[in-house]
Amino acid sequence: MLRADAVVAGWDKPATSPVDFSLQAGEIVGLTGPNGVGKSTLLAAFAGRARVFSGHLDLRPGLRLALQTQEVPPVDGLPLSGRELLALTDASPDGLPPWLAERLDIRLDRLSGGQRHYLALWAVLHAPADLVLLDEPTNNLDAAGVRHLTAHLHERAREGCGIVVVSHDAAFVAAACDRCVVLEARDDQ
Amino acid sequence: MISDLFLIPFLTGLGLAVLLPLLGCYLRLRDEWLAALAYSHVAAAGALLALVGGLPPALGGIAAAGLAGTGKRLFAARLAGGAAYALLLLGGWAVSVLMAANQPMAERLGHALFDGQLYFSGSDQLWLVALGVPAALLVLRGLSAHLLLAHTYPDFFRIRGLRAWPTQIGFDLLAALALAVATMSLGVMGAFALVFIPPWLAFRRAGNWRSGLLWSLAIGITAYLGAFALALWLDQPFGPILAILLVALGLIVA
Repeated sequence: MLRADAVVAGWDKPATSPVDFSLQAGEIVGLTGPNGVGKSTLLAAFAGRARVFSGHLDLRPGLRLALQTQEVPPVDGLPLSGRELLALTDASPDGLPPWLAERLDIRLDRLSGGQRHYLALWAVLHAPADLVLLDEPTNNLDAAGVRHLTAHLHERAREGCGIVVVSHDAAFVAAACDRCVVLEARDDQ
Repeated sequence: MISDLFLIPFLTGLGLAVLLPLLGCYLRLRDEWLAALAYSHVAAAGALLALVGGLPPALGGIAAAGLAGTGKRLFAARLAGGAAYALLLLGGWAVSVLMAANQPMAERLGHALFDGQLYFSGSDQLWLVALGVPAALLVLRGLSAHLLLAHTYPDFFRIRGLRAWPTQIGFDLLAALALAVATMSLGVMGAFALVFIPPWLAFRRAGNWRSGLLWSLAIGITAYLGAFALALWLDQPFGPILAILLVALGLIVA
């Protein structure tokens, strides 16, 4: 569903080294590498947000994408409940961990940072999509949250969804991903 | 006789007291509450210009605010951070004051627009509200999910192929037109008070978006009913009484 041949991505100027990448339906692939090599930029290029300076990026036509970025939804001061947030992306609450399912009707700005992050992540992960792109999904999650996320990534992949995960958490990548692509720094970095 | 005399203003204001607090929730969501003041001032300036030009003031006010609402989007990139609203507010205020200072006809209408003389509303304004408010509520309902999604997940909104401009321009135009109609009846500050204070209070207390809308609506209608009766009883302009009531309510709750 996704194939990148020697893709160099960036915003105003090239930010990654040439990357070869492919993803099949039902596969979970990790993108790792040191800080600053352009993992998030490459993910943004897959989503059509960042620019492809050279190489070839091919996405299956008609692919429904879902993208989770590191930016937290701005909900401070808004009376928006977790249930309403999930409804916005058509994500089902089925399968949420009990410690979150019972807080679905509480407004998001009254949840802890970790609870809010996981709900925001769930809204993207369980949105109707063929390709899910996740950027550092384990940020703010405790061990129970990471375990639950890992299990649900596999479940989502079994449903036929392709998943790309950017993460610096080596243990999570090893447990969650079928394989891993390591990005290297550009020669000029 | 007296009740007939006040029925038209009452129903005109009631329709606006339903629409403005709900509109204010979405303006607050987008952190654009200053837009209410900006569009009201532009509408006042447009109404005064139309009056001096021999055209119906309501038409001038609605046209000016509508133009500001759609035109603002063209300069969005250059006028970020609320600058567009500040410029519209200052421009609208300056034109209004200059028109009122130099044209005797405009002076009287200018006072009415800034004082908020709801009791002078006529059947033409009631018709405008009777047709416009239900239409505006339907549009707002249609835009609601996209406005919320664009705010919480802007990247998700974009990559799902949802076009931002119909939502943005549609909402800007809706807000501008609603504020223009409201300014003609409730006055600049009366309209602003109904857009700003009910959502501000509702967002502090409500447990979810739906109850936030309902709280905002309830606060807006209650304040309107109280202000209508009080202003009539004290024989005072409606706008300031509504603003004082809402400010007092705001201070008590806050």
